[in-house]
Amino acid sequence: MADLTTIFAGRIESPNPFWLASGPPANCGDQVMRAFDAGWGGAVWKTLGEPIVNTTSRYSSVDWNGARMMGLNNIELITDRPLEVNLREIAEVKRRYPRQAVIASLMVESKREAWHEIVKRAEGAGSDGLELNFGCPHGMSERGMGSAVGQVPEYTTMITAWVKEVARTPVLVKLTPNISDIRVIARAARRGGADGLSAINTINSITWIDLDTLTPRPDVGGKSAHGGYCGPAVKPIALHLVQQIAGEGLPVSGIGGVQGWREAAEFLLLGATTVQVCTAVMHYGYRIVEDMIDGLDNWMDEKGFRTIDDFRGRSLPRVVEWKHLDLNHRIVAKIDRDKCIGCGLCYIACWDGAHQCIHRDGGAPPEQVEGASRRKIAWTPSPSVPRDPAGKTPPERIPRVDEAECVGCNLCRLVCPVEDCITMEKVETGLGPETWEERSGRGAV
Amino acid sequence: MRNIAPELTRQEFDRAFAEIAPALGKQEAAVEANRCLYCFDAPCTAACPTHIDVPRFIKKIASANLRGSALTILDSNILGLSCARVCPVEVLCEGSCVMHGYNRKPIEIARLQRQAMDWFYEHGARLPEPRVVPGRAVACVGGGPASLACAAELRRHGVAVTVYESKPLAGGLNTYGIAEYKLRPPDALREVALVRSLGVEFRTGVEVGRDVGMEEIEERYQAVFLGVGLGPTHALAAPGSELVGVVDALRFIAEYKTGRPQVGQRVMVVGAGNTAIDAATAARRLGAEEVTILYRRGEKEMPAFRYEYELAKGDGIRFSWLTLPVAVHGARSVEAIECVRMELGPADRTGRKRPQPVEGSNFRLACDMVILSIGQSRWIEFLRHWRGVELADGCVKVDPETGQTTNPRYFAGGDCVNGGREVVDAVAEGARAARGIVKWLT
Repeated sequence: MADLTTIFAGRIESPNPFWLASGPPANCGDQVMRAFDAGWGGAVWKTLGEPIVNTTSRYSSVDWNGARMMGLNNIELITDRPLEVNLREIAEVKRRYPRQAVIASLMVESKREAWHEIVKRAEGAGSDGLELNFGCPHGMSERGMGSAVGQVPEYTTMITAWVKEVARTPVLVKLTPNISDIRVIARAARRGGADGLSAINTINSITWIDLDTLTPRPDVGGKSAHGGYCGPAVKPIALHLVQQIAGEGLPVSGIGGVQGWREAAEFLLLGATTVQVCTAVMHYGYRIVEDMIDGLDNWMDEKGFRTIDDFRGRSLPRVVEWKHLDLNHRIVAKIDRDKCIGCGLCYIACWDGAHQCIHRDGGAPPEQVEGASRRKIAWTPSPSVPRDPAGKTPPERIPRVDEAECVGCNLCRLVCPVEDCITMEKVETGLGPETWEERSGRGAV
Repeated sequence: MRNIAPELTRQEFDRAFAEIAPALGKQEAAVEANRCLYCFDAPCTAACPTHIDVPRFIKKIASANLRGSALTILDSNILGLSCARVCPVEVLCEGSCVMHGYNRKPIEIARLQRQAMDWFYEHGARLPEPRVVPGRAVACVGGGPASLACAAELRRHGVAVTVYESKPLAGGLNTYGIAEYKLRPPDALREVALVRSLGVEFRTGVEVGRDVGMEEIEERYQAVFLGVGLGPTHALAAPGSELVGVVDALRFIAEYKTGRPQVGQRVMVVGAGNTAIDAATAARRLGAEEVTILYRRGEKEMPAFRYEYELAKGDGIRFSWLTLPVAVHGARSVEAIECVRMELGPADRTGRKRPQPVEGSNFRLACDMVILSIGQSRWIEFLRHWRGVELADGCVKVDPETGQTTNPRYFAGGDCVNGGREVVDAVAEGARAARGIVKWLT
């Protein structure tokens, strides 16, 4: 059993790196206590501030190939419950669950006194840390809060500094992805004295438009507003932004599309100290943390990692600028003829979407190949036993890679539905590694 | 009949003949449609006798373009609704699905096709208006799937078409001869209505050669399509076949689909083809206590599709292999069937082992009803009337590319050409003949 305990910014301890993100699953004390019972290591409380009024509905989602909620969009605002109630419940949770981390997410109007006041009250209730919500992209931003702060470096620095004037616990700044260079805001937060970063908040989005009513979703009485996008769809964007800020000298709590232990491991490998989860819990409930713990533990055992620090950030050195990639590294596609089912997807993808180096019928373009095939089947009766009983794909349906022409782009392997049927094999070029920087440096381009 | 099964109430009937492959839900269909790989030069399209562009219609379901999906199907196969329900897909499109190649369940093409077809018929069943080319008229003799497909395809080329059907309703075996749990007459008739909506004239209850003369047909139409199907089920060449309770399988099926025929408590079905299975399962579902299929060859030689065999076993049908009926016994009604045991000798022309009777092995099985399903006879006499239309082995000889017979004015397709195959084959051959006719008329 690996040791999953985590210490964030030197002072926030949790039994594992899995925290509930600030959002509906961490709205009240009863919820957070049930989450801790299920195994969550910490929770960032739904953002405290002046209670707001929400609309109905608040969510819409993008389904993908029949699967629900590939991406989720919300236009819900911060807590709609009185501050005293939230604070009383934070105190109660901390009293009953001293080992789990409770972080108070905060958002108030941009006044120094207001921030001082809420910081003191949140810490007074016993929270282990503070997360400044400079990321919420909808509603609150129109009132000069949330991402309206997080999109302006000066505001970010200023408010972080106000908080730091009175805060006794670690202060995390939650960053918005809706900005051209997230590192600018990360540095602004550090200048203000932040002890850590949370990234990312949701991404500006309009999920879809109802083609009957012509109203975008979510539909609030025939109108909609842009919302914040999250869920599995945003993970690649979140991973990139976490990697971007990993070099800023602050611990990071990674957020965005974490569904299970695999995504969590990815964030940790890019330097995150903890991960936060919201959408997956909204979809499946707190119970998902069981497999997050179990799966991460099994993977760590298998890889020989005893603690999370053993692998934290281990993939960071492998993310470099393009100019540092080896131009002499060459791979080509190989099709396993025994595994090929003859679907033709690699062939059409290579012809229409890549470099025309996968062939059927000796190199004719797809229109000709299909035309010849249609002519062959033009009259009935058709064969009554359509497949070889041994299950073998007819040899004429198995495409062939022209290895001399193959540019090794990898598209065919991506579209192939059969596991390990197309592999990318290394070709010895006899040339040593050389990057663009090196090549252009010696004037060879 | 001596022992008759109690008649089912309407509710009992509906339950017994509930649809075997119910429609997919919308979400279910979306998931299944998205499972389709969208193969390039897809083998399912090649395996379909009508060559429906399967991946194309499936991806249109995935994109929620149900009308486009339905028109893609109907463009190749005007009887897309019935084919979605009755096609032996496991030996056609679904049998050729590449998913088999890596041990996945093939795409449920038939149920997806049904999804598009059901949508189409629930939304007004509108086809693009066919163009009109004056001065061309073709008669289709017979109102079954081959003629319907031929007529629809001819209308798409602007040709005026009249379909002659001797029965009161058109649709052929789709209307009268397919197990109720697969296809119901109202659905078969919706397809007839669709063909009619293209401007095809139907003359039902009119038998060519009796109610209307051949000369008249030849005078009024430039070309004739023969889609007359096969004749009645073969009679049992054995004493006692005139007894009450000996019935023809196709007639039995037509009767239970349009009325309530009596069913014996113990039923013997002679023959093991797909129609025999339809009759046996129908008898069982109509209340027969015991239904046994008697077949003169073995399990391996059985002509019924695997799927049908499993269906019959699921219904509790018994199979008596290597059993040849030689006589039916009874005073007035059937009381028993006498059979001999068979053994398999060397392979015959069809490659199946020839069954031979075992001397002195006669035995009797008590029963109340005998259903005969030993193949349909061919319309040899009828077809001989059409001058110059040559037959081979009782089937009309045609050019495989055009469906043209040896008399160039006559074209043919469906069971009278292929000797009795699937609905989808009849559709393919009907449409092929239509294209042949158009080419010939031009």
